[in-house]
Amino acid sequence: MSAAAGHGASVRIENCGKTFADGTQALEPATLDIARGETLVLLGPSGCGKTTMLRIIAGLELPDAGGKVLFDGKDMTLVPIERRNVGMVFQSYALFPNMSVADNIGYGLKIRGVAGKERASRVAELVALTNIAGLEDRRINQLSGGQRQRVALARAVAIRPGILLLDEPLTALDAALRDRLRGELNRLLRALGITAIYVTHDQAEAMELGDRVVVMRKGAIVQIGSPREIYFEPRNRFVAEFVGAANVIEAPLADGHLLMPGGRLPVDATASLPAAVAMIRPETVGIVEVRTAPLTGIIDSVSFVGDRQRLVVSGAAQKPLTVDAPNTIKVKAGERIGLSIAPGAVRLLPPEV
Amino acid sequence: MRDRLIFSAQLIFTLIVAAFLVVPAGMSITAGVTANYFRGIASGVTLQWVAQVWELYAPTILLSFVIAFATLAVTLIVGVPAAYALHVRGGRLSRIVEEIITLPLAIPGLAIALALLLTYGSFGEFRRSWAFILAGHVVFTMPFMVRSVMAVFATLDIKTLDEGAASLGASPWQRFRNVIVPNARPGILAGSLMVVTLSLGEFNLTWMLHTPLTKTLPIGLADSYASMRLEVASAYTLIFFVMIIPLLVAMQMFADKERAR
Repeated sequence: MSAAAGHGASVRIENCGKTFADGTQALEPATLDIARGETLVLLGPSGCGKTTMLRIIAGLELPDAGGKVLFDGKDMTLVPIERRNVGMVFQSYALFPNMSVADNIGYGLKIRGVAGKERASRVAELVALTNIAGLEDRRINQLSGGQRQRVALARAVAIRPGILLLDEPLTALDAALRDRLRGELNRLLRALGITAIYVTHDQAEAMELGDRVVVMRKGAIVQIGSPREIYFEPRNRFVAEFVGAANVIEAPLADGHLLMPGGRLPVDATASLPAAVAMIRPETVGIVEVRTAPLTGIIDSVSFVGDRQRLVVSGAAQKPLTVDAPNTIKVKAGERIGLSIAPGAVRLLPPEV
Repeated sequence: MRDRLIFSAQLIFTLIVAAFLVVPAGMSITAGVTANYFRGIASGVTLQWVAQVWELYAPTILLSFVIAFATLAVTLIVGVPAAYALHVRGGRLSRIVEEIITLPLAIPGLAIALALLLTYGSFGEFRRSWAFILAGHVVFTMPFMVRSVMAVFATLDIKTLDEGAASLGASPWQRFRNVIVPNARPGILAGSLMVVTLSLGEFNLTWMLHTPLTKTLPIGLADSYASMRLEVASAYTLIFFVMIIPLLVAMQMFADKERAR
């Protein structure tokens, strides 16, 4: 597959902030390095500045004075998007309604003066790569959402960009299709070996696609790390709750144990603090015999969701605890239940500011 | 039963309104081919008035079309890029410019004409040529072109299309030619339709700006109403209809076809 030739560029953004004309600060000055061939995900709720950062890298927004964008060490800050050789997939796809699918995919090549025959073969290659054979002559308004998404991707990749920028490319699709395309996209990004920057508010997408994930909030970077780091070692409560399900509990701390209404929970506490904010992932909570359990509570509700059942247990911690139990055990609401949590699975978070 | 009653009432009302508008037009047209209007259609049907009008006013009719299409050309060349720039740029400045472009809609044509005369009246050559009327028509019709093109841009999210083309390496001019204009076609067509018909029928401004040598169709019409037999003026109306209706229908069909695509 000739499209697989690794041709990514490295990206560095230096001190890039963005203040809009009306004075709102969309992005606090941030510095970020993205390695050649890496897939970096910018993750955060809407309004966190992730799209602004992507648009600065793309060249669609200028950073505030003092900010710099470098590709392979070369200063690109003032270079307009059309000369940055980036491929971009927009949330709304931005496909041209006046052109066929094939003309959309070939547009960037046509602009670059690639001759008709060579262009056609490159388009055919991408049509095959993105699984849209047979749609070449269709108009954009004759395509389904998933097909549009693939065309947008094929068009962005056709120009062999140094960097592929994706702005919530799956958000407009329904859940089942989103899951399937997420897998396809992941395989494609790996096969292309391209540097990719992917913006999303969906933590599942971030986990699956990202080599590294940048969690953002209110215009600032909160944490940068691998999906595992972000998930298991969140820096603060926001990351813990935004990435996956989490129980965040404030409890007093005494000789290495969290003191909770339903019992004492051992933790790996290094500092001797009077109280702590602890994060416990629902799936790290084990169900054990009530008599020997370090922690007990009353089951409030049981939701069977197929691969597991989600329990809400009250009386165990300072607030109801969400617990993912295997789908095979028999429990029902109102029962007393014994819980155990390994010390390593309780993550202490810095106190709220 | 009640529904049918309401329907009938609505139908009758519609027909009355339509008749209110159509009957005078019909009266006027029949007057144009009546030998003697005061004796009625019984006096005979003739084309002599039409021929007389053609003889007297053929140059005004021709000039009207020249001005209408020149106005169209100018509004296309200036208005479409202006609409694009205003839409893509956005912000308060764009809003202000848009309002200024739209202003001639609210200002009486006479006032615009007066302003043009005060400003350019002393440029003799310009004042005497039909380009002076053209300038007035461009000022008057520009908002229709800009507005209808901007309306299409608003529904298309043209800004993202523009950014998409830019990301693929297209220069501003390539983007404008390959993406903006083809996608703005319905708006450009609708705008063109309005510009041509408005220019052909424009009276207020033109009446102030014209010279005896630069009369347009509606000016000739007023002229004939004022100084000729009623039959001649009516024949003039007939010619006006014959000229403008096929044009309107053709452009409307074109626009419909475009929409159906």
